[in-house]
Amino acid sequence: MNIREVVDIVKADVLTKFHDENTEFKCGFAGDLMSDVLAYACSDSLLITGLNNPQVIRTAEMLDITAVLFVRGKRPGKEVIELAKENCLTVLATEYTMFKTCGLLVINGMKGLDLDD
Amino acid sequence: MTDRILKRYSYNVSANDFTAAGKGSSAIKSSLKSLGIDANVIRKIAIISYEAEINIVIHSYGGKLHCDIYENKIVIISQDSGPGIRDVDMAMTEGFSTATDNIRELGFGAGMGLPNIKKYSDKLEIKSGNDGTTITVTIRL
Repeated sequence: MNIREVVDIVKADVLTKFHDENTEFKCGFAGDLMSDVLAYACSDSLLITGLNNPQVIRTAEMLDITAVLFVRGKRPGKEVIELAKENCLTVLATEYTMFKTCGLLVINGMKGLDLDD
Repeated sequence: MTDRILKRYSYNVSANDFTAAGKGSSAIKSSLKSLGIDANVIRKIAIISYEAEINIVIHSYGGKLHCDIYENKIVIISQDSGPGIRDVDMAMTEGFSTATDNIRELGFGAGMGLPNIKKYSDKLEIKSGNDGTTITVTIRL
């Protein structure tokens, strides 16, 4: 699934520019615990989270993740957005809950991560 | 000589500073990129150093993060002054954490820090006492 499709499906606002409009996600990874994200997510994941602080961007940076989708209407502050821009990370935000966001993305073809991979 | 440090990067890490947390690891990652190190190796090192840095921020009174480059390996050393790890075996157990609810609200304290470091390392040594903790992690090139 590409980043434009994600935006359409979850009616997301794009809070930074698209750093790469052709970004394709192999899978989605949703969570509010960054150590879980660090343990399991891969670089071509879309990171979906309700946590709203600079460590989300730092976590994405360490994993070479290129886009973060904030759920539940969370709007990251200026500091978070600036850090995302420094790291060429695209930031999206949706009003939908984590559950609904993940459900919509899965219904439309986004895969989850298989921990055995 | 394979055991000579070719280059060392060092960063101070402050206790309880969640805004700055990750800056050291970010700088290490940039430095390794500029040295042309393989992207998969950099990713492993970034995760290790970030988890170690977060541990210093959460659990210690402050410390230092070093990244030593050798010809055939990279070694991350996390040194802190702090209360130490009471039970290292328990700390290595996935899901075990002594972090407070405040820390969990920030997205950490899931009990995955040291297990994650071990997962991505080739060798892990932990020395911990009343006066602090030193974690030495080796990643082969």
